[in-house]
Amino acid sequence: MNLKHVTGLLCAAAMSLALVPSAQAQDKVVKIGVIMPMSGGTASIGAHAKAAIEVAMDIINNAHPELGSLPLAKNAGLAGLGGAKVEAVFADNQGNPATGQNQALRLITEEKVAAVFGSYQSGVTLTSSAIAEKYGIPFLNSESVAANLTERGFKWFFRTTPIATDFAKIYVDFLADMKAQGAKTDAIALVHDNTEYGTSVANTISTAFKDKGQPVALDVAYPVNATDVQGQVLQLKDKKPDVIIMISYTSDAILFAKTMQSLDYKPPILLADDAGYSDPSFIKAVGKISQGVFNRSSWSVGPSGSPSAIIAEMYKKKSGEEMDDTVGRQMQGFFVLADAIDRAGSTDPAKIQAALKATDLKPEQLMMGYKGVKFDEKGQNVLASGLIIQLQDGENYVAVWPKGSAEKAPMLPYKGW
Amino acid sequence: MSFVLVQVIAGGLLLGAVYALFSSGLTLVWGMMNIVNFAHGDFVMLGMYVAYVVYTLMGGGPILGAPLATLVLATVGIVVYFGLIRDIMKGPMLAQILGTFGLALLLRYSVFWWFGANFLSMPPDIVGGTFAFAGLRIEASRLLAGVVALLVTLGLHLLLTRTSLGSKMLAVAEDATAAQLMGIRPDTMQAIAWAIAAGATGLAGALIANFFYIVPTVGETLGIVAFVTVSLGGFGSVPGALVAGLLIGVIESLSGYLIGAVYKDIIVYVLFLFFLWFRPQGLMGKM
Repeated sequence: MNLKHVTGLLCAAAMSLALVPSAQAQDKVVKIGVIMPMSGGTASIGAHAKAAIEVAMDIINNAHPELGSLPLAKNAGLAGLGGAKVEAVFADNQGNPATGQNQALRLITEEKVAAVFGSYQSGVTLTSSAIAEKYGIPFLNSESVAANLTERGFKWFFRTTPIATDFAKIYVDFLADMKAQGAKTDAIALVHDNTEYGTSVANTISTAFKDKGQPVALDVAYPVNATDVQGQVLQLKDKKPDVIIMISYTSDAILFAKTMQSLDYKPPILLADDAGYSDPSFIKAVGKISQGVFNRSSWSVGPSGSPSAIIAEMYKKKSGEEMDDTVGRQMQGFFVLADAIDRAGSTDPAKIQAALKATDLKPEQLMMGYKGVKFDEKGQNVLASGLIIQLQDGENYVAVWPKGSAEKAPMLPYKGW
Repeated sequence: MSFVLVQVIAGGLLLGAVYALFSSGLTLVWGMMNIVNFAHGDFVMLGMYVAYVVYTLMGGGPILGAPLATLVLATVGIVVYFGLIRDIMKGPMLAQILGTFGLALLLRYSVFWWFGANFLSMPPDIVGGTFAFAGLRIEASRLLAGVVALLVTLGLHLLLTRTSLGSKMLAVAEDATAAQLMGIRPDTMQAIAWAIAAGATGLAGALIANFFYIVPTVGETLGIVAFVTVSLGGFGSVPGALVAGLLIGVIESLSGYLIGAVYKDIIVYVLFLFFLWFRPQGLMGKM
C-alpha cells in the first residue's frame, strides 16, 4: 500500500464521516487508475488534477443533491453497483511517455483497476493507452488534444475533450470574425514546442488555416523546457506577424511572456492554445504582463448557485486555486467514466466498454460547456465544443467569443503590460 | 550586420555570463575534488527559492536576497560536505554519482513538499526594468547577473592563484596526503571549497530568479548546461568556465535565431564534441 493509496483511503474515510454510508457501500470499492504528471516540469498540473479528482470522488461517493441533474451526485456511491465507492489510485507519469507506460502496466496488472484515466500530455497518453488497449481495459482521456490519439483504431480508448481539430476550426472562425470587425489577421505565426502536443497541434492548426486558403506565415519551433527564448521572440519581432498562436506548456509560456516584455514585443493578437496559459500559476506569475491574451476553454463558472459554481467553490476549497479549463475537463471526464461504470453495473471491462459506447449525456448533465457527451466509433466525443476566453485584466479569463456565450467583447489589440 | 543580430549577440553574451555564473561552483568541486555534483542544479534552485522567500517575506530585492542566498547555500555546502561528501569521496565513483544524485532528489522534493509544484516568479521590475539605448534592449536583471558573473569569476580566480588559502586548496586537490604532511588540514580546505562553491551557486540562483521562473524542477533544466560549460571550459578552470559560458550563450542565441531553436542544441553539442575531440582537457584545463 503506497502513500497515494493511503491518502485516497483517508479522503474516503473523511468523506464518509459526514454522512451515514449504507452498509453495502462499505464493502465495495471500484478502483480507477489515474495517471498524471505528479513530478517533473508539469507537476503543478498533476497537483491540480489530483485535487480535482478528489473533489469529483467526493461528489460521486457522497450525496450532493444541490448539484441537480449531474449524474451520480444525488446519491452516495454508484447506485448501479449497490452504492460502491469510487477510489482513484494515483500514479506519477513524471511527464515521461515511458514512465506513463510503466505506470499503466502497474495499475492494470498489480492494482487491478477497473479502468484507467489520464495522462495529461498527449505523448504520455499515447503510450499509456496502448497498454490499456493491449490488456483490454477501458482508458478514458479527458484533456489530451493531439488528434492522432483517436486515429489509431483503438477499441478501449475514449476521449471526452474537444481536440486539436475542433479548436483549429474555432481559431479559424474566431480570427475570421475579428477580421470582419476590422482587425488584421492575415499573417499568422505558430509558436510551439517539440513534444507530441506541440508538433501535432501545430500541424492540425496549420492544416486548418491552409484549407481556408490562408497558409501559416511563420512556424517557430523550440525545444520544450527552454532555458532561453530570446532568439524566437526576436524572430517574431523581425517578421511582425498579425497573429501569434502559442502552443506551450507552463514553463515555456512564462519564459515567453517575460522575454516578450523585456524585448518590448507585442503582437497585435496573441492567441494561446490552452496548456500553460490555463495553468493558474501562469496567471499568478506573468498574468499582469500578459493582459489581453486569448485562450481556448470549455469552462465557464456560471451564475452563483449553479452546479458549475458550486463545484468551482469545492475545488477552490480543496486546492486553494481557481478552477481552470484543464481541471474542469479532467473532472468532467472522470464523471463520464464513473457514470459508465455505474450504468455497466459491474467492473467487468467489456461491460464498462459497452456502457461508454452507449454514453449519451445532455448539456444539462455536464459541468463543462460541451454540447453533450457521445462517442463515435473511434472513441472521440463528437459533442465536445469550446469557446474563446481572454485574460483582459491579467487576473481572470472571461468568455469573449462566440457572441452567444460571451461575457465581454474581445479587447484588441493585445495589451501585454 | 543587421541590427537584430546585435541584439541577438548581446542577449547571447548575457545568457552566457549567466551560464558561467552558475557553472563556477561546479567547476570548483568537479575540477578540484574530482567529484561530480549531480545536485548542482538543485543548489541553483535553492538559491532561487531563498531569494523568493526574502522577497515575499521582507520585500527585499537582490541587495538582500543575493547575499542571504550566498550565506544559506554556503552553509548547505558545509553541511553537505561533512554529512555526505567526505564519506562518499572515499568510495567508488558510483557511490559519488548515486550519493549526489540522491541529494538532488532530496533537495528537489523537499522544496516540492514545502512550496508545492506551482511556478513562481519575481515581479518584472525587481531590479529596475529594461534599459533601452539605440534600440538595443538590455534587461537590468540580466545585466546585473552578467556583471556579477564577471566579478565572481575574477574573485575566484584571484583567490585560487593569489592567496595562501587558494594555494592550500589547490595543494589538497593535487595530493591530500602530501598537503597534510605540510600542515594543511584537507578536511578544512575541502569544506571551505564546498562552502565557496555552494555559496557561488546560491548567488547565481538568487540572480537568475530575477528573470527566470522558479519551480522545484528548475535544476533539471539548468543543470545540464552547467555540466557542458564546465567540460568545455576545462575542469577546475574558473576563467575557462566564463569563456565557455559566453561561447555557448552566443552560439545558442545565434543558431536559435538564424537556424531555428529546435536545432540549437544539436549545433551546440556537435561543436562541443568536435572541440573535445581536439582538446579533451577543455579550453583552459590542464592535461
